[in-house]
Amino acid sequence: MKQEELKKVKDYKYGFTTDIESIRAPKGLNEEVIKFISKIKKEPKWMLDWRMKAFNRLKNIKEPNWQKPKYPKINYQNLYYYSAPKSAKDKPKSLDEVDPKLIETYKKLGIPLKEQEKLAGVAVDAVFDSVSVATTFKDKLTEKGIIFCPISEAIQKHPDLVKKYLGSVIPITDHYFATLNSAVFTDGSFVYIPEGVRCPMELSTYFRINASETGQFERTLIIADKGSYVSYLEGCTAPMRDENQLHAANVELVALDDAEIKYSTVQNWYPGDKDGKGGIYNFVTKRGICRGKNSKISWTQVETGSAITWKYPSCILQGDNSVGEFYSIAITNNHQKADTGTKMIHRGKNTKSKIISKGISAGKADNTYRGLVDISKKASNSRNYTQCDSLLMGNKCGAHTVPYIKNKNSSSTVEHEATTSKINEEQLYYCNQRGLNQEEAVGLIVNGFCKEVLQQLPMEFAVEAQKLVGISLEGSVG
Amino acid sequence: MLEIKNLKASINNRTILKGLNLSIKPGEVHAIMGPNGSGKSTLANVLSGKNGYEISGELNFQGESLKEIPVEERAQKGIFLAFQYPLEIPGVNTNNFLKTSLNSILKAKGNKELDTLSFLKLVKEKSLELGIDEKILSRQLNVGFSGGEKKKNEILQMKILNPSFSILDETDSGLDIDALKVIANGVNSSRDKKKSFLVITHYQRLLDYIKPDFVHILSDGKIVKTGCSELAEELEKTGYKNLN
Repeated sequence: MKQEELKKVKDYKYGFTTDIESIRAPKGLNEEVIKFISKIKKEPKWMLDWRMKAFNRLKNIKEPNWQKPKYPKINYQNLYYYSAPKSAKDKPKSLDEVDPKLIETYKKLGIPLKEQEKLAGVAVDAVFDSVSVATTFKDKLTEKGIIFCPISEAIQKHPDLVKKYLGSVIPITDHYFATLNSAVFTDGSFVYIPEGVRCPMELSTYFRINASETGQFERTLIIADKGSYVSYLEGCTAPMRDENQLHAANVELVALDDAEIKYSTVQNWYPGDKDGKGGIYNFVTKRGICRGKNSKISWTQVETGSAITWKYPSCILQGDNSVGEFYSIAITNNHQKADTGTKMIHRGKNTKSKIISKGISAGKADNTYRGLVDISKKASNSRNYTQCDSLLMGNKCGAHTVPYIKNKNSSSTVEHEATTSKINEEQLYYCNQRGLNQEEAVGLIVNGFCKEVLQQLPMEFAVEAQKLVGISLEGSVG
Repeated sequence: MLEIKNLKASINNRTILKGLNLSIKPGEVHAIMGPNGSGKSTLANVLSGKNGYEISGELNFQGESLKEIPVEERAQKGIFLAFQYPLEIPGVNTNNFLKTSLNSILKAKGNKELDTLSFLKLVKEKSLELGIDEKILSRQLNVGFSGGEKKKNEILQMKILNPSFSILDETDSGLDIDALKVIANGVNSSRDKKKSFLVITHYQRLLDYIKPDFVHILSDGKIVKTGCSELAEELEKTGYKNLN
């Protein structure tokens, strides 16, 4: 390895690739490629028709361009839309049958599956590139009637559920990237929690991007039936690449009467190098609907990676008394850009939403909070509380807060608080004087700033996330 | 312990310390008094290694020059500064901060780090000894603390980190008599043959409780007079104006 390459690998801990041979669809976006994906997934005709509907729609719409971070035009004909590890063709029945190279990769990432099985109850549906290669803890979940599987499997085995809910929260006509995903999505997770069941463990999926120039189009659908509860964790790391990689996932959550879904994300994709070269475009559509009364959806995100993060995990509060929450930490360093926030759409009576957003900018990065609180005429006695705090490090970065508030109901209230502050040299000096080095001091202060959000993360993630917060800002203070 | 020879320090092209000499031996308590702007806090900052100062002259601690050593390493070597204005750090639990701090110092010395249980035991013991309500330790670091609580918290940190050389930068300013006694007690109970203290103050009042071995008068960046504790009493009567 050349000296320069070695240095790059050192810069980004998770920057490596494995040389597992990939099956690929030819480059480009066309009917043939979509048919190829559908065929290789052994999909029924209705699924292919659904994809085609999205593809035809896509021809007539354009990418949105109202966001703050601009990016070079993406040539959609120059991307691969399907890529799978070869060994996945003969589906492994247990971990022992999984390609040892894959296991090795996970180990480098600090995700030893074997150990995780034994560890405190985390079921892992591991997505490597586009195909799920290992699923654990299945039996325990099956016992309770919980379905947790790759969505490609759900399409075959649980077509009624998929037909009923897929695209019910994010319609295929929603916007360019959601439509694109609907046409070409490769895999992702499917979760169904039956009526009255409390999922006995945190469900977790690790997404990774590996093959070069592969658009990653994950699709996740989580349904919590009446009176059920589930907590889902999603964590991401990716190997470094010079070319920008597009990631346009769709995540749909459906909560019926009295159900609760907690969705947590730690996103640490390759952010590009110090000069802003490379890095992932993270253009994700995440939306949940509280369809039933007294239901609740809570999003927690820690966004530290990607060259551009552009996402608004949202809640449609349709059921009376339903609750939506959004807790977010977005860290941008060097040349990273983020335009993220949420939409809280109040439709039912007595609906409540809470938004806590912590944005941290360092280097030459730019960080925007953009959020919508929309309370309709019928949503009487509804409430929203929004708090947006920005922390700046150095004098070359930017922080912006763009709240949109629409309240059409006089009995409902909306509160918005925002602060912007700079990391204080005196605070750093104080910490240094107590024996902490610069990085420990920054980590401590920033973790303090983010505390309200970090507290929302499940234990399994909290420690990792705290470390990540420190790592992401390494070298950002002179 | 500490040897300072012809120390000059300037910041933003303004010279504050103009050739300061000071020698502190193990076990000694030195007090520095002086009018506003004489360079007392600058001396505290320079000893702790704060950035932004141009330094010349000799600055040796335990036989080693401090000049190239950053703030955190000086702290790890046993230099502690009780801040005149302790900083607020929102969201950071005081206990947690103190534990991180103690363990990084223990680690740097090659000692075993304390687990949470032994740490809490130590905290309980020290706060009881000082008569400080340990409840302040479960709050966010200095956030919403009263002036007295902040200063007491500094002294509690000093007790727990157990440094060999402590600088108290006007720790007595703005304190009532009870809080003053807590601070003095913190110093007096720590005094032994190995530990040294540099107590910076405006008022003789604190020195009624902490009996220094030496009192130095700092004026215009230099030590102009050195004596024993009677010097402080004299100063109280005559004021700084009649120094020369």
